[in-house]
Amino acid sequence: MATRVSQQQTRLPRTSALIVDWLRQNLFSSWFNAIISVVLLVFVVQVITSFGRWIFQTQGWPAAFTNLKLLFTWTYPIDQIWRPQIAVLLVALLLGLSAGTWRGLLRGIAIGFIGIMAVLGLLAFLLPPPVEGQVALPAWALLLSSAAVTGGTYFLGRAGGERLRWPLLITWFLLYPAVVLLIRGGFAGLTLVNTNLWGGLLLTLLLSISGIVLSFPLGVLLALGRRSEFPVIKFFCIAYIELIRGVPLITVLFMGSLLLPLFLPGGERVDQLIRAMVAVTLFSAAYLAENVRGGLQSLPRGQTEAARALGLNTVQTILLITLPQALRAVIPVLVGQFISLFKDTSLVVIVGLADLLGAAQNIVGQPQWLGTPGGVWREVFLVIAAIYWIFSFSMSRTSKRIEEQVNATKH
Amino acid sequence: MATSTPPIQRTSIPFYRDTRIIAIIVQVVFAIIVIGGLWWLYANMMNGLRRVNLLPTFSFLTVSAGFPIAESVIAYDPSMTYGQAFIVGILNTVRIAIVGIILATFLGVVLGICRLSSNWLLRNLATAYVEIVRNIPLLLQLIFWFFLTKAFPRVQESIEVGGVLFLHNRGVTLAWPRLADSFSFWVPWLLVGVAVGVIFYVIRRIQFVRRDRPGVALPYALLIALGTALVGFVATFFIAGAWPLVLEIPQLERFNFEGGITVTASFAALLIGLVIYTAVFIGEIVRSGIQAVNKGQREAARALGLTPGQTLRLVIFPQALRIMIPPLTSQYLNLTKNSSLAIAVAYPDLFYVASTINNQTGQAVPVILMLMLSYLSVSLITSLLMNWYNRRIQLVER
Amino acid sequence: MSEQHSSEDIIACEGVNKWYGDFQALKDVTMRVKKGEVVVICGPSGSGKSTFIRTINRLEEHQEGRIVVDGIEMTNDIRNIDAIRRETGMVFQSFNLFPHLTVIQNVTLAPIWVRKTTRKESEAKALEILERVGIQEQAYKFPGQLSGGQQQRVAIARALAMEPRIMLFDEPTSALDPEMVKEVLDVMKTLASEGITMICVTHEMGFAREVADRVIFMDRGQIVEEGTPEHFFTNPRQERTKLFLSQIL
Repeated sequence: MATRVSQQQTRLPRTSALIVDWLRQNLFSSWFNAIISVVLLVFVVQVITSFGRWIFQTQGWPAAFTNLKLLFTWTYPIDQIWRPQIAVLLVALLLGLSAGTWRGLLRGIAIGFIGIMAVLGLLAFLLPPPVEGQVALPAWALLLSSAAVTGGTYFLGRAGGERLRWPLLITWFLLYPAVVLLIRGGFAGLTLVNTNLWGGLLLTLLLSISGIVLSFPLGVLLALGRRSEFPVIKFFCIAYIELIRGVPLITVLFMGSLLLPLFLPGGERVDQLIRAMVAVTLFSAAYLAENVRGGLQSLPRGQTEAARALGLNTVQTILLITLPQALRAVIPVLVGQFISLFKDTSLVVIVGLADLLGAAQNIVGQPQWLGTPGGVWREVFLVIAAIYWIFSFSMSRTSKRIEEQVNATKH
Repeated sequence: MATSTPPIQRTSIPFYRDTRIIAIIVQVVFAIIVIGGLWWLYANMMNGLRRVNLLPTFSFLTVSAGFPIAESVIAYDPSMTYGQAFIVGILNTVRIAIVGIILATFLGVVLGICRLSSNWLLRNLATAYVEIVRNIPLLLQLIFWFFLTKAFPRVQESIEVGGVLFLHNRGVTLAWPRLADSFSFWVPWLLVGVAVGVIFYVIRRIQFVRRDRPGVALPYALLIALGTALVGFVATFFIAGAWPLVLEIPQLERFNFEGGITVTASFAALLIGLVIYTAVFIGEIVRSGIQAVNKGQREAARALGLTPGQTLRLVIFPQALRIMIPPLTSQYLNLTKNSSLAIAVAYPDLFYVASTINNQTGQAVPVILMLMLSYLSVSLITSLLMNWYNRRIQLVER
Repeated sequence: MSEQHSSEDIIACEGVNKWYGDFQALKDVTMRVKKGEVVVICGPSGSGKSTFIRTINRLEEHQEGRIVVDGIEMTNDIRNIDAIRRETGMVFQSFNLFPHLTVIQNVTLAPIWVRKTTRKESEAKALEILERVGIQEQAYKFPGQLSGGQQQRVAIARALAMEPRIMLFDEPTSALDPEMVKEVLDVMKTLASEGITMICVTHEMGFAREVADRVIFMDRGQIVEEGTPEHFFTNPRQERTKLFLSQIL
């Protein structure tokens, strides 16, 4: 629509004519639009130039870039950093293999992943941030090699074909507990890394992934319960869902942090991270239940009736007929919920965990930046805003693509 | 046709195969497990609390709170009780929620319309705004705004915007209309305006009903009332020699601003953050609401011979509004719930006050109960109001 | 049209009543079906004919009266309900195929999970049945890729895969485009000639005349008239039947 050229023209129109045409249609279609365009243009130029000038003049950048280690993994021991790094490479490996076997949308995701990793890797290579301590793999090497791993295993997966699908699915399901164990350690010669050392982006990702993975079974059960024909079960499920959805996440975190230790016999000490995880899971389950319920409701009644008429029992009907269809329909919504959760985990700062935002706040408060004129908060917050943004923006794009595909296969 | 009765022997069904009894058993077992689980948690909690000698009680509510609250809608000082402090928290939450909802709706509608603009630059700027704001955590945005307001200069060197807005590290000072001495001359005009407007509205509605024709009454009634008020406004100037309302420009005194209204940096940061964030979602609702109606309806309306204005007023807007109300309700609720992040910018909302009370008294259980009940009732009241409004527009426009 | 009826009743309903709140959907319905008989139920919409056929396999619960299918009484006994559902296959107006499963998966689902036959065995059987209904070449497609007529034939195959003794058809051709009605009716005629017991709610009077052993006319939840097709179409006794026939023919 931006370059609508009248079809009667037989000659190729000159570029300048095209530009004038485009400008008239899109910026100066009326005197009112023209005024708006000019005002906005001035505004945009102003903002961009002053922002650009600020980027080059400000002296706070070292605060963000010398502390990348803190932002990404917080106080996770530097000599054990290879463990999260292996986790990243594992994800890259599985992503490549899956993209090779399934193709389609996953290939797009893999290409996006390779692109982002390659660009960031090159940036890290060309503008090396001062790294402290001995790291197994420098950041640029990790980024570039994960891009390479995904690219390479893509072809492996393609060669492997469909027989890789089931093993891959199982591996994906095992990945989450495996990564958590690897990062925690405490077995087979791996030193135990206490959860109070975890933090930064590592913690943000762990919390949000746990939130969605752990809340999945509970959320599905709640959704089924809310649609149950048994009034008692239905009532309990509605009460739970509406109670949780009626209060802010912060109150649930607050409750988890204060009450969870009390609920256990003998008043054991409960790890702050576990408390936050339980709270996030309980919170997320209520929203997941509503999303899944939406999927269940979108199915025609005839599906259950046909299953019943064939003699399938209730459990078989749910597992074989309704749930697979409902879950497929709500994948985009669930990705959206994951994005929200990814952003919302920043609230754990308030109960005293150092996730990405918490790490940033700590860095801003470091005494060595006190002398920097204007403080370093703008630079540090800008960097973590960019990190958050890249993650949620790419995920929301993915969810949009999935949605388009789901809609397309409906017809 | 065979006339013999079919060979049936009435056997009694074992209870574990009877669907009705199975249904009852399943529900009873479920209830026992849930209630038993909750009871187990409750018993553990009470044991634990008994051990540390902190059994839940509400008696602390009548004890003097002893901590100050930075801003309050009602009069408050540290000698007042915890109960009163809690109410201050609730009122502060309601205050930020109401102001936030109004401003976010306004900004959201503007944003939604900009997203549909035919102007390429405007449309894409609006899109950029949406994509930037919604992919960054609200808490980070709030903290950013808070740091920004804290980075403003001292009151004495405050940044002046257009002579009516002053930014400084204590907050934001705004010029605000104040009643002048000549206001009493204007009051009769206002009363007459309201009366005429109401009478006009009633008469028009009766006419519509009698003639059985649809029509617009409210905008005209408002116009009449406003017109009367405006005439009175000017008339007051000529009769009394002074405008009835004056815009009070804040004046810088030695340490502070005199006149106008000043909101604290915390309130300003929270409000800006909530409004900018929520407006994105409201804008998307407005945009998709308008787009959902546009398909075909516009052509159909034009084909019936309605003018573009009538199309917008009678066809597009009522339908878009109907689509928009339910998601808008949930955004309003989200804004209210998100206002609990106030603790990050030190605005004494419900959650902030409650957590302070908990820190001082150690009465976690009653505090959490009160906190949850308050949020639930705020949510409930908001959705009741919106449902009422929703029902009303569905009826009126049918 | 099969000649040798055994005198044994395979379905017997006596005084079946059903209410939805205050509305009585079925009034004192009494009916018998012999083994191998083909019964067509017709009537205006809202007459309770669909409700009635759905009480036979407990998709709807009747509140009074008795329903006995193949000697098993329909009670609240979950074992009886399961047994009756195994005896009866049902075909719906809107096909109700499972869109996330291929045709062959649709057909083998119940044999595998309910009859507990092996996958290999059920697939061989399924292909055989699909051939019988004339769509074996579509076996590995998804329902969404088939035409309405083909989908309904898959639905029939799916029901047949459980080897039911009774087939219930709930307006099987009403959702089809006219040019596809014939292919489905042809399959149903073949089934009828094979001696399977069929109860069929339909408006296809041609089918009724040609295939049915008995036609039942229902209105306002009651059986108004029943008889052989010749009697029913040429010499109906009740005014309501005449009126209905004059509207539909």
